[in-house]
Amino acid sequence: MTAAGADALEAFYDALVDDDPQELYDRAPCGYLSTTPDGVIVKVNQTFLTLTGYTRADLVGERTFAELLSPGGQIYHETHFAPLLRMQGRAREIALDIVRADGSRLPVLVNAVLEEGTDGAPRVIRTAVFDATDRREYERELLRAKARAEESEARARALAQTLQQTFIPATPPAIPGLAIATAYRPAGDGSEVGGDFFDVFQLRDDTWVVAIGDVRGKGVEAAVVTALARHTLRAAAAAERSPSALLRVLNDVLLREETERFCTVACLELTKVAEGWQALVACGGHPLPLLRRSGTSPRPVGAPGTLLGVFPEPDLVDTQVYLEPGSVLFLYTDGATEARKGGELYGDERLLATVAAAGPAAPDVIDAVLHDVLTYQAGQSRDDIALVALGVPG
Amino acid sequence: MLFAHGFGCDQNMWRFVAPAFESDHKVILFDHVGAGRSDLSAYDPERYSTLAGYAGDVIAICRALDLKDVIYVGHSVSAMIGVLAAVRAPELFARLVLVGPSPRYINDDGYVGGFDRSAIDELLDSLDSNYLGWSTAMAPVIVGNPDRPELGEELTESFCRTDPDIARRFARVTFLSDNREDLANATTPALVLQCANDVIAPVQVGEYVRDAMPNATMTMLNATGHCPNLSSPEETVSAIRQFLGSSVPAQA
Repeated sequence: MTAAGADALEAFYDALVDDDPQELYDRAPCGYLSTTPDGVIVKVNQTFLTLTGYTRADLVGERTFAELLSPGGQIYHETHFAPLLRMQGRAREIALDIVRADGSRLPVLVNAVLEEGTDGAPRVIRTAVFDATDRREYERELLRAKARAEESEARARALAQTLQQTFIPATPPAIPGLAIATAYRPAGDGSEVGGDFFDVFQLRDDTWVVAIGDVRGKGVEAAVVTALARHTLRAAAAAERSPSALLRVLNDVLLREETERFCTVACLELTKVAEGWQALVACGGHPLPLLRRSGTSPRPVGAPGTLLGVFPEPDLVDTQVYLEPGSVLFLYTDGATEARKGGELYGDERLLATVAAAGPAAPDVIDAVLHDVLTYQAGQSRDDIALVALGVPG
Repeated sequence: MLFAHGFGCDQNMWRFVAPAFESDHKVILFDHVGAGRSDLSAYDPERYSTLAGYAGDVIAICRALDLKDVIYVGHSVSAMIGVLAAVRAPELFARLVLVGPSPRYINDDGYVGGFDRSAIDELLDSLDSNYLGWSTAMAPVIVGNPDRPELGEELTESFCRTDPDIARRFARVTFLSDNREDLANATTPALVLQCANDVIAPVQVGEYVRDAMPNATMTMLNATGHCPNLSSPEETVSAIRQFLGSSVPAQA
């Protein structure tokens, strides 16, 4: 045997001899006490006395374990700890505060077991008490962090909603001789700001502009571009003579912005004529508006065009469409057609069928499409949905 | 007999007591909404912001099951919930057994409830702290019950366990309640079961309830603590039996 081996062996026996059962109990690295089933302390180790500042005479036969707890802890003890112990035979990692002899508080974690006699009746409760001062401070920090996280989530949500409200008119204007119905559903739970927008505004006495668009992406950066797109169209409308010219201005602005974002827009200029309305339709990569004439199936109108913010010379054209009495022109973003159920998309066919089957007025079309799309994706909207319907009474 | 559990746990609180009455009574147990295996989605913070909301549920249970001459046994806060139910629909109830009742937990001028407001805040902290490690703290080892394994399963899932947010709300409603005024209006014959050394409902609170109710008697139990239904079920059962066997006292 080496000298080192002999030393280790001696240390082993020394430790074994020193740690006789009484030492093991009294100087255990946790407070330890035994009580009657009613909680009266019958035995307590030195570690507990050191932790709490009581003497053995203060406690044994004199106090119950619950009496050593803070008032709030006593309630918790009576309503949770004691029932749990009685019903399950043990309770683990219960956080409590012990009031020390000097009145100060000692945060502890408590494990306890209830021993039963051979007759099955409760006989003794053995309780181990661990000083949890640092642990409790750490927990408090966790709780504070959780509270802060919840608060900031609520703020972000409020911010997203406020921002989103700037993407659409508070209420669409009332246009004599044209019914307007709209719907707007942000993606998900509304905590993140999306990129769909629409606008309806007056250009001249009998001329109005309607625009609907979708900036790709989500979040703050997309929101900035969305606001830019909506307000660029408004500002440019005064100077430009056609919807395609408006979209060209927006394309230039987006290219100059050096943003990675691009968008699709459908833009209409509507002019009141005799019975109905004359519409100029221009699309920049946006789903074509659907025109439903009274008694016929809805059909797309206009030409698809180039999406905006990518190419210096986009292909944008105006298509003239007459809206006769009884017709409805329906504009939407791809949040409707790209609604998903499993791996399947809602798609153009379903949309056409729903628009065809909807009631005669503009609000009927909005209600039908919104209901059908939301039902299809069972409330799990992955993208914003913006819908605008223009109906000529007749 | 309708048994109602108090704040903290669920209907399992009655498992040593309720079976003793099954031979001669129709015994009904339930979990308050938000506790045990109740449907948590039915928890409406508005409705359950007062004990009256819980009392409304007790009445609804009685009516839904078409119960008559109900012997209502309520533990802790459910004692007062029963008092409120009996005030609102006295025709439903024959007797009230109030185990550890307290109409107000916080001390007031000339009234000893047993607690200061700060104790209730401490309790809420204590709830927070204990829910942090909820899943591990509650690792359950169930009292052996080989002939009814489903009971063990039930305990594992639910005993003393509920949504932390609901627990906080129920704690607030319970410990900030003041129903002293209602006691005088409950004419149903009532028994106060009072433990010695009950920190939650001290003896003088039990006496207050007995004296304030027109038709109440009190039985002092040898049991200590707040849960005689768990710590001394036989004594609890025999005290209730004695009360049920007694003749109905004349209306005051």
